[in-house]
Amino acid sequence: MSEAFQIILLAVDSAIRLSVPLLFACLAGLYSERAGVVDIGLEGKMLIGAFAAGATASLVPNPWMGLLAAVFASVLFALVHGFASITQRGNQIVAGVAINVLASGLTAILGNAWFNQGGRTPQLPSGARFNEIVLPFAESARAIPVFGTIYAEVISGHSVLVYGALALVPLTWFILYRTRWGLRLRAVGENPAAVDTAGLSVTALRYSAVIMAGILCGFGGAYLAIAQSAGFITDMTAGKGFIALAALIFAKWRPVPALGACFLFGLLDAVALRIQGVSFPGIGQVPVQAIQALPYVLTVVLLAGFIGKATPPKAVGVPYLKDRS
Amino acid sequence: MTPPAIQMTGIDKRFGAVHANSAVNMTVQKGTVHGLIGENGAGKSTLMSILYGFYAADSGSIAINGTPSLIRTPADAIHSGIGMVHQHFMLVETFTVVENVMLGAEGGAFTARGAATVRSKLLELSQAYGMDVNPDAVVSDLAVGALQRVEILKALVKGADILILDEPTAVLTPTEVDNLFVLLRRLAAEGKTVIIVTHKLKEIMAVTDRVSVMRRGEMVGTVETASTSPADLAELMVGRRVVLTVEKGPARPGGVVLDVQDLSMRDARGTLRLDHVSLSVRAGEIVGIAGVSGNGQSELLEAIAGIRKPSSGRVSLNGAALDCGGRDDPRTLRAKGLRHVPEDRHRMGLVKPFEAAESAMLGCSDEERFGKGIFLDRDLVRADCAAKMAAFDVRPADPGLRTALFSGGNQQKIVLAREIERDPQLLLIGQPTRGVDIGAIEFIHKRIIALRDAGKAILLVSTELDEVLALSDRVLVMCGGKITGERLPDQTNEQDMGLLMAGVISEQPGQAA
Amino acid sequence: MSGRPAPLWLTAGVVPLVNVVVAFLAAGLVIALIGENPLEALQIMLRGALGSQYGLGYTLYYTTSFIFTGLAVAVAFHAGHFNIGGEGQALMGGLGAALVALTLPFLPWPILLPLCVLGAALAGAAWVLIPAYLQAYRGSHIVITTIMFNFLAATLLVYLLVGPMKMAGSMAPETAKFVPGATLPLMNQMAGWFGLTLTRTPLNLSFVFAIAAAIMVWVLIWRTRLGYAIRTVGANPDAAVYAGISPARITVIALLISGALAGLMATNEILGVQGRLINEFTAGAGFVGIAVALMGRGHPFGIVLAALLFGVLYQGGAELAFDKPKITREMIIVIQGFVILFAGALEMMFADRITALYQRFAGRAVSA
Repeated sequence: MSEAFQIILLAVDSAIRLSVPLLFACLAGLYSERAGVVDIGLEGKMLIGAFAAGATASLVPNPWMGLLAAVFASVLFALVHGFASITQRGNQIVAGVAINVLASGLTAILGNAWFNQGGRTPQLPSGARFNEIVLPFAESARAIPVFGTIYAEVISGHSVLVYGALALVPLTWFILYRTRWGLRLRAVGENPAAVDTAGLSVTALRYSAVIMAGILCGFGGAYLAIAQSAGFITDMTAGKGFIALAALIFAKWRPVPALGACFLFGLLDAVALRIQGVSFPGIGQVPVQAIQALPYVLTVVLLAGFIGKATPPKAVGVPYLKDRS
Repeated sequence: MTPPAIQMTGIDKRFGAVHANSAVNMTVQKGTVHGLIGENGAGKSTLMSILYGFYAADSGSIAINGTPSLIRTPADAIHSGIGMVHQHFMLVETFTVVENVMLGAEGGAFTARGAATVRSKLLELSQAYGMDVNPDAVVSDLAVGALQRVEILKALVKGADILILDEPTAVLTPTEVDNLFVLLRRLAAEGKTVIIVTHKLKEIMAVTDRVSVMRRGEMVGTVETASTSPADLAELMVGRRVVLTVEKGPARPGGVVLDVQDLSMRDARGTLRLDHVSLSVRAGEIVGIAGVSGNGQSELLEAIAGIRKPSSGRVSLNGAALDCGGRDDPRTLRAKGLRHVPEDRHRMGLVKPFEAAESAMLGCSDEERFGKGIFLDRDLVRADCAAKMAAFDVRPADPGLRTALFSGGNQQKIVLAREIERDPQLLLIGQPTRGVDIGAIEFIHKRIIALRDAGKAILLVSTELDEVLALSDRVLVMCGGKITGERLPDQTNEQDMGLLMAGVISEQPGQAA
Repeated sequence: MSGRPAPLWLTAGVVPLVNVVVAFLAAGLVIALIGENPLEALQIMLRGALGSQYGLGYTLYYTTSFIFTGLAVAVAFHAGHFNIGGEGQALMGGLGAALVALTLPFLPWPILLPLCVLGAALAGAAWVLIPAYLQAYRGSHIVITTIMFNFLAATLLVYLLVGPMKMAGSMAPETAKFVPGATLPLMNQMAGWFGLTLTRTPLNLSFVFAIAAAIMVWVLIWRTRLGYAIRTVGANPDAAVYAGISPARITVIALLISGALAGLMATNEILGVQGRLINEFTAGAGFVGIAVALMGRGHPFGIVLAALLFGVLYQGGAELAFDKPKITREMIIVIQGFVILFAGALEMMFADRITALYQRFAGRAVSA
């Protein structure tokens, strides 16, 4: 087998791992923003979710309990965001910033107070994590050239959350475009007054979307703390929530392109990790930072409208207020 | 005897200090077209929003077909067989017609089956009533008339027996209005009940069986349409005989101040909004532009005022060519003596969170009289506003009060004072009395006439035909972005104007003699 | 009449105060949650921040940075925009100052120092130029673009500090030391010139710059034609167009001022304290600026007060972390989060109730 093929496989495999938290957060943002609530608090919700997962799994060595705690914590934060932006009609962006800052402070201080490890949660044993699942026949398939290798190296050997994230893409598509809830969600993000006069509750719909965003951010956080790593580390989201937001814009608020955007950004991350110190013939060393900067640059270029146009849901960011007359 | 379709009793509603509805009673018989009429702010829309459950009344009760009904949300209203077509359409632009209609009536957790049902119902109904609508068209691609049909179908598909239409004709051409009225009559003949909310007397006379009149939050009477007249209704509406004519002497026009030749403009979508408009306004004359709203009047004013850039054509002021929207932005045009009272003072004319004095210098903040160099002197700004308030009898005369806290009439006086007092060569004025109380209307009309008599050129746009005819020395009619005709106010009638406004007749007007 | 508008002391005084108090109560709850006494913590913080010359010096040193970043957010707010990129603009401000200091070390200090300060302001403004232009002329949401530019600034700085600008022979990501002529004097040095003795703290001349900037921003916003234009664009862009004020142009101008103010934050840290460019020197000051601007309700006077409060928190928080190891310095971030939440996103939660309460009593007083 050629070395290049092997390198590509490894890169793709690592890109999948790196894109999963992005995908969870990106789809979370998709539900929220499609319903008209701007969510720059993805980062904070993932972070608090990761902390809750790491903390819980260290006490109850069961990854599912960790996941549950992550979802609970993240939904709690989502509800704060919802209360501020839906019930109180506050500034949704400011509310998102508050969520991020709170999560960053609280995880550090609580982590330090509870576990005395400088903000980390204790190292988790294997039983308290989501471990990698070897799919059936993965080892024997290795013998089959190309497809077998892809199956064994890339498709097999991920944790259940990875497969869950991937399954979430078609599921979200179906929910959005083929169900009543999806129809209403899209409507409330475009014209809440139309939803209101159709006899539906704008508040309930937006809350449901925000809660959904909370749940998915919880999954993303749990993935970081108890699948990808063996415990919570201070600020372990490291801007992934914002990259996910960028991916959401890149995907123009649609589920299937969201997968593509997250994978692309995950791949860039994987490449950045691999090329560190590698000298390319003719080019020399490519600074890692140049690759790391690409998702941000691409998003700005897209937002500038020079390649395609990213039109957000019409009512996004606008609190709904019945007008008086 | 069948019970009335709707009986609203003792409806009371306050919004803060505003008593929008006070102890309102209203009865509507089944199978009739019932008009609800009143001035802006009389409480009609509030009453209908309460009937539709959009607002909850503070007190009062509603009975539908004789059964007391608790309508607290639009869902309750829909359940009671009430449908409403709002003045601003409640449609999701990115959705298809089917998706819009099925919203809230999806018929299950998944949309596939519901969509099929709604589609067939839509086709059935649109055929039955001759309403041409493509169920798969995306709403943002539809014209205004079609949007209204979608709204009506939306209500009917959801099984409405009672249909409320709020100002349905504001955006329609006369032909579309006629078609709408035929449809409404037909719905009534089939036993449905229709309520039409409007402030246009003519429409009430044309389509209703009975009409209820509101004034300042109260119901002042319900009469049979056949036994009333527009004049009587107008009196009920405002509480006294309205003087629809304005006292004014003959115009003594001087030289041409504003000259517009072949002005055309396309909007962002590429639709032609102004189509080779030519007109001129002379010193000491008021030229009025009549037309149904949305036929290019706004674009015309904004193009001349330098707010939007026309695609072609020439504009000149006192013989000097202007580059409107290009080099000549609103700022430089003001310096050249062109002033503008915008159609929508809330959107453009004022800054509501500012104190009145700051709103009163909007557009003139660069003038030397407000301070030295780059600085503004607060005392000078306030003193200037106080003087304007005194001259235009603005109440309360407090330059430090927030703009939003003034009544509509007083806000409009602030705008007018600002635009008139700098002695303009040309005044563009849109909807001078929209949302203004009767007392202020007379005051504003007198000021406009006085400005004309002082030898200024005035271009007036109003969708109130009576106002245009009463104020103008010459009237131009616009339809579809074109000028369809020119009349002298005393040599025309409503029918003639109506044909021009509808574009049925289109004469390329000759140059003003 | 129940429609009586609430007076200024209520809307600009009581309401924000209540919001901040609630934020602190919430933070106190967190302290209680980790098993410490909130009142004792408060006492330690106040003593640590204000109880000595040393503490006060540090408090005002932190305050300096927050005044700059708070003003930056506020100026953009007045134009109707949320510049969330103060962090990145401040980083670039540092880069600007460093580039001047390192490339022109031969200049005499009366020329070099102003140039360094100018470099910080210009670099901060330059970093917001693209987001500002895209917002003004292409409608790209400034919140998203400035977030992206924060990451870009951080990435760029890392690249420069581990690469081209790294001091030869050093392991740390930092530049060489600036010449003395490119650094601001410390406050205790300046006091020494007048024969006074002050404890040595990082407090430096840039504190005076910050106060001057606050006064200038106040004049700009409420006493100049440009400020009027900025507020008009922020409150009603359509009215601005009608008035002949170009919202796009004003947006760019206001954001450049905002970026320059954020960039000036670097004068405190880089020119005042470090005397060289280091990585991550902003330490979140850009985000504190959001809380400060919200708490100060966009008014320079309120911003100085809010910045002082956060200065107290940062210095007091450091002392607190020293005394009570369980309450780490991140406690300040928690408080900051609550302030953004209660004084920002939930600012109207108590306002309506307080106003209603006022109207009830005021109404009674009138009718009595």
